[in-house]
Parts: sequence; structure tokens; C-alpha cells
Amino acid sequence: MSTVNSVAHGKHHHAHHYDSAEHQYLAAKFGTWVFLCTEILMFGGLFVGYIIYHQKFPQMFHEGSKFCDWRLGGTNTLVLIFSSLTMALSIYYAQLNQKKKSLASLYITLICGFIFLGIKYIEYTHKFHEGLFPGRFFAFDNPEEMARWKAMGINNMGMFFSFYFVMTGIHASHVIAGMGLITWLIIRTHRGDFDSDYYTPLECVGLFWHLVDLIWIYLFPLLYLIS
Amino acid sequence: MAHGQHDNHEDAQHHHIIPFNIYIKVFSALMCLTILTVFAAQINFGAWNTVIAMLIASIKAGLVLSFFMHLKYDQKIYAVIFGTGLFFLLVLFFFCNLDLMTRLNVDGII
Amino acid sequence: MSSAPGKNYINEKSGLWSWLTTLDHKRIGILYMIAVMTFFAIGGTFAMLIRTELFKVGPTIMTAHQYNQVMTFHGAIMVFMVIIPGIPAFLGNFILPMQLGAKDVAFPRVNLLSWYCLIIGASIAFFSLFYNGVDTGWTFYTPYSITTQNGTILMVLGAFVIGFSSILTGLNFIVTTHKLRAPGMSFWRMPLFVWALYSTALLQVLATPVLAITLLLLSAERLLGVGIFDPKLGGDPVLFQHFFWFYSHPAVYIMILPAMGVVSELITTFSHKTIFGYKAIALSSVGIAAVSFFVWGHHMFVSGQSEIAGILFSFITMLVGVPTAIKVFNWTATLYKGSISFDSPMLFALGFLFLFTIGGVTGIILAVIGVDVHFHDTYFVVAHFHYVMVGGTLMAIMGGIYYWFPKMFGRMVNEFWARISFVLIFVGFNVTFFPQFILGAMGMPRRYFDYLPAYEPLNRISSIGAWTIGTGFLVGLAVIIHGLTKGEIAGDNPWGAKTLEWTTSSPPPHENFLVQPVVTAGPYEYR
Repeated sequence: MSTVNSVAHGKHHHAHHYDSAEHQYLAAKFGTWVFLCTEILMFGGLFVGYIIYHQKFPQMFHEGSKFCDWRLGGTNTLVLIFSSLTMALSIYYAQLNQKKKSLASLYITLICGFIFLGIKYIEYTHKFHEGLFPGRFFAFDNPEEMARWKAMGINNMGMFFSFYFVMTGIHASHVIAGMGLITWLIIRTHRGDFDSDYYTPLECVGLFWHLVDLIWIYLFPLLYLIS
Repeated sequence: MAHGQHDNHEDAQHHHIIPFNIYIKVFSALMCLTILTVFAAQINFGAWNTVIAMLIASIKAGLVLSFFMHLKYDQKIYAVIFGTGLFFLLVLFFFCNLDLMTRLNVDGII
Repeated sequence: MSSAPGKNYINEKSGLWSWLTTLDHKRIGILYMIAVMTFFAIGGTFAMLIRTELFKVGPTIMTAHQYNQVMTFHGAIMVFMVIIPGIPAFLGNFILPMQLGAKDVAFPRVNLLSWYCLIIGASIAFFSLFYNGVDTGWTFYTPYSITTQNGTILMVLGAFVIGFSSILTGLNFIVTTHKLRAPGMSFWRMPLFVWALYSTALLQVLATPVLAITLLLLSAERLLGVGIFDPKLGGDPVLFQHFFWFYSHPAVYIMILPAMGVVSELITTFSHKTIFGYKAIALSSVGIAAVSFFVWGHHMFVSGQSEIAGILFSFITMLVGVPTAIKVFNWTATLYKGSISFDSPMLFALGFLFLFTIGGVTGIILAVIGVDVHFHDTYFVVAHFHYVMVGGTLMAIMGGIYYWFPKMFGRMVNEFWARISFVLIFVGFNVTFFPQFILGAMGMPRRYFDYLPAYEPLNRISSIGAWTIGTGFLVGLAVIIHGLTKGEIAGDNPWGAKTLEWTTSSPPPHENFLVQPVVTAGPYEYR
């Protein structure tokens, strides 16, 4: 915001149309929660589609889930939960004016993001290698399995992988966006922008990051543990 | 400057700080529940499989929402906002499912 | 920070760049005005092409394939780029903060971003014209939309980006309403336009994300063949309709609720009387918003949806008529024993009352499943939604523009020609669309390039009406342009209205109010 339109009160400016920094903080938090609502509905649509087709083709989903390695998925779940902890701690330390620890927490959160994406990369390339592509590109090169599925009445296995790639893909895009935001927070923390009086961006990005974790908490069992 | 009808703290943000050990306890609970989910998935509860998985996931979600996302300590409005989103998502699910589950199935055609 | 005397939001900084990077909600409102008017001109031109083609049986000025594209673009442009943003992003952005006694919306940068989302999204959508366009109708139903020509994906992605414009506007308005009201302004002292915009914002925030995921899934269907909507892969094309209409039904309330808010303002101001049933109107806005989420299946009675779902949707749809009727009754009661002046804004408000009532009642007719089986996809439906969207929302936009014109630009429009524009639009509208109710009842299908000779006489009348409306809007445009340059200088409050925006100068200064307003009474304290 330009300094022409902001008011200086102590160290922290607030925009001209707010009465105080606290006023602006509360508005930012409110707005962030409203934004999270939009994410729930967007992702939620995917979950609704998933549940409907899971009910329609239970065996197909069951068989498809076998290709999702629960050890990799489980590790990713633990990684994201841990990153939620460190994200929350970055705010905790900022509230206590402990800039170095806040910064360290942010770095760890970012590294967790990289680990998550790294594991996803391994999973994706493995699937591509096997010909497990989504939808009409599905080309699994294992004739015995294909025959076994046909005998069970499954002939649209590509759909499971459609859901897998679309859901984890859109989730991963949000992980990347979150990592970008955390990088921005790291730069600002280095600059000394945050302290116990002002940490609004940390809080708002934190809420977003926790949402990304929340979505994965549901994705993990639905994709990896239904076999 | 005039004050509006909201919090009148000037700049100091005296907000509730969750104690460090609570964060650690919540994190530990989340780890345990994750491990529990994996173990529960090995056992076949039949039709209850997905229900149990979703139940455990929801407990985890509740912990993240209440503590990491501060809902337990914040003004109720944020929980209302989140709940509203969930509610309308359920509406989407309810009617779509109602349609797909109550179609009259002609043999061979779904 | 006060402005120098004579300085207002228009002249305080000049140059195109200052407008394109502005954070002032008033300037952003004007940016939206220009965008929406431009898109309206384009969508309106497509409408004129449609009605010219349908003037006679057989091809008149285009081929069938071209017709399908023209009607798709007409619908998509009008829905996504005109009627949905029209009132909230243009009038709402300008007026809402002022009616709340605030200096700006909660998040000015997000506001500017929302405008760029509209412009970029619209550009992407228009780009589809270079890729063989789109011929699916604005509803993009599967499975046809999966296989048809290339432009579809560009229009779908364009709509996706435009959707963010709507979401961000809604988010901003919700937070602004909760957090930036002037001292003394409780929720029950807010103007009804704000209540309407707030209810609309709830819809924008909750419904639009589902459209976003639907359009993404449709794109994934085209590019990756994911199978979720394609019957060949085990998918269900009706599921697309469920997802699509979960948004698009609340979307039509996004279109009408702000219009109702404008009408509340106009009726009370030009009756010089406090609005009748303030709380009822306020709560009915929220009520309509809430119920709108439970009725989408009434667009799908003949789609293959289950009968049980259809019956449930039909019943709930009839319920939505109740809060809507409450508004119409309250407006009428406001007029009773009011001191009514027939200035051009009021003419449009009265026109709204008449036309919207017809549109709304025909909606209830369509809610009856048995009737809808006959009327679905006929011109009866086309007439119904044009009565509510044009006879409703567009009339309200015109009334709102003429009403707030002095506040926004410091000048009055030429009243005589403004009334002429009303007459042409009102008469032209009825001549265009009333025959379409009859055509629909006679069985003429919608979206068809051609029709049986029996339908020709009414189609001719309808087309003549269309050219009349077109003329009316051109007159309106001339009125606006003339007003901007040569209109009589306006005072702060030419209409004697009571809401806060009229207490500041016309045009307002950058920060809206030189002194922070403190509110001690309701918004319509006449006498």
C-alpha cells in the first residue's frame, strides 16, 4: 500500500480506510476465512465427484487404490502435518518477538513442501512409467491385470487415475502456491517486517497452508487406503 | 481519527498465544491418528471401511482447525464462515447423490 | 487527509496509468462501468443478429453453424460479462462503501485485481472466436461440449478467470460490510442496497467456486479424457448439469438481488417516503440467497434426473417465490400514499415492478414439473428469463445509472431523452418478449436456427421489438455521453435522498467524506 494512503502509528502503518492496525488485522483474518470457504467449495466439488463414482464403481476404485503406495502417501501426510506444526510455530515465535526461530520455522515449512512435492514426483513418474495415465490415455501394459479386471466387470480403470491425478494435481498446485507465499514471508521476516505487534501475513498464509494440509488429510485415505 | 464499532486497540495486537506444549500435543495426536488410519485400513470392516477412515480424518481435521487454525480461541464468526462452506458443500453432495441413487435402473443401463 | 476544495476522485489525478493502477473503489467502479458497457454493446449486437436472423423462416443472414455460435456468444457475454458483474462491480463498488460511511472497500488491491480478472477472462473468451468459436450454448452441456470445436476450451477458461472477478468482489463486499460500517451503523441501519449486495456476495463466494471446478473438470475432460462426464468412459453427463447448475442457479440470483436493491433505493427516494417493511426486505434478500442453493434441479427436470429429485427441487423452487413476493408487496406498499415523482430513475423502477413480476410469476409456472415437461427448452423459458434479466436487472441498471449519475459525475442527464430511452426500452422489450411466451406455449424450441412457418408472424413482431430496444439503448448511451460532457451541474443531493452517499459532494472527494459520518438513525428517515 502506498504511504500516501496509510497512516503511521508507532512502527506499523495501516491503510487509510482502517482506524487502526488491529482493525486491519481483523479484516484481513475475516477475509482469509472467507477465501478458505471458496477453496472448500472448489475442492469439495472434486470430493463430491469422487464419492459419487466410488459408489458407482466400488471395485474399480478398490483395484486402482492398489497402485497408490500407502507408505509414500503416509509419509507425505506426516510431512504435511509436521509442516503445519512448523507454520503455526512461525507465528508463535513472531508473537514472542523471536525472529530467528520464526524464520527457522518458515524455512522448515518450506523444506517440507519440497519433500512433499519430491515424493509426489516419484509417485507420478512411477505411474507414467507403468502406463497408468488418466482417462482415455490409460495404457497399463499388463495384460493379465487388464484381463482380471475385465472379468470383474471393470472396464474404465482410467477413471480412477483421472481422479487421482486431478485431485492430487490441483492439491499440489496449491502446495506450490503456498510455498511461494511462504517464500515471500521468509523475505519479509528477514527484512524485520514482523513482530509481536504485527504478523498478519504470517497468520493469513498460515491459515491457507493449514487448509492445504486439511485437504490432504482427506485425500490420503480416499486414494491410498481403500484397497 | 474516529473509531469505528470494532476493536479499539491502537496497534498492539494482544492476541491469544497458544502454549508451545499444546502445539506439540496436538502434533503428536495427529501423528498417532495418522498411524491409526493406516492400521485401521488393514482391517476389513466391510461397508464401514470408508466411514471409519473418514471419521478418523475428521478428528484430525478438527484438531487442525481448533488448534493450528485457532478456531478454539477465536471469535465464533470464523467457525461460522467455515461451517457455512461445509454446509453448502453437503447440499451439493446431498442432491447429486439423491439423484444418482434414486434413478430407476433399466437392466443393462445405469 | 482532506482533498483541496474542488478536488474530487476524477480530477485529483490524471492520465490513463493513474486509472489503470487505481486503488480507489470509485475509479474501479467506473472502470467496471466502461468494461460492462462495452461487453453489453457486443452482446447486444449478437442479440440483434439473432433477432434479425429469426425475422424470417429459413436462413436470413447466416448459416446454422454461425447461428449456434452467435447465440452461444450472446448468452455467455451477457451472463458472465454483463449481468453478473453489472450492478455489484459497477454500481456496488462505487456506492457500497459510501452508503456504509466508509472510505473504501476492505481490500482495495483485491478490488483492482478483480477488474483485471474480468478483462483478462473476457479476452481469453473472445479469443475463442479465432479458434472456430463455440456452439454449445452458454451452458456447455456434456457430452457435446467434450467433442465440439476447439474454441470451447478457451471460452471455458475465460469464464473460469471471470469467475474469480466475481468471487473477489463478493469477498470484498462481505468483509467491508462486516468491518467498515460507520460508527452508529448497525446492520439494521444499513441501506437496502447494501443488504442486497451483501446477500449477493454470499452467493458469489459460495457458488462460484463450484463453477470453477466444473469448468476445470470440463477442460480436463476435453484434454485428458478423464471420464467424469463422458458416458463412453463410465461418466454421467447429467452430473455436469448438477455441478453447473449448482452455481448457475444461485448465479441468477446474483443477477437479480442487486437489482432489487437498486429498486428499493429508487422506490423509497422517489416516493419521498420511508420504505415499507425494511426488515422484511432485508431478510428476504438473505432468504432468497439461502433458498437459491436448494433449487438448481429445476433446470434439469427432463434431463434424466430421478423423479424424486425432481419433485423435491420443484417444491423448494416454489418456496423461493415467497421472499420474492414479499419484496414486491413491500415496494407497492411504499408507493401507497407516497409523494411520487416520475423522474427517469423512477420510471425504470416502476417498469421493473411490472416486468419482474411477470418474469417471476412465469418462473413459478415453470417450477411445476408437469408444465415444465412441455415448456422446457422452448421460447417460454427464453421469455421468462429475459423478463427477469432484462425486464428486471437491466431496467434496474438503467434506473441506477440515471439515479447515481449526478453523484458519480457531478452532472444531471437530460431528463426528456432519458424518459424517451425508457419508453423505447419498455415498449420494445414487451414487443420482443411477450410473443415469445406464446411461441413457447405453441412449442417453438429455443436455440434453433430455424422454425416452422406457423411461428413466423410472432417472430417478426419479436424482431421488430428487438430493434426498438436496441434503439432505446442507443438513446440511453447518447444520454449518458451527453450527460458526461454537457449535463447540467448537479448539487450534492438533487433527489433529496437520505442515504449517506448524498451527504457528500458530487462528485465525491477521493476519501468520500471530509468528516467521518456518524449514524444515529435508519437510512430512510423521511418526515
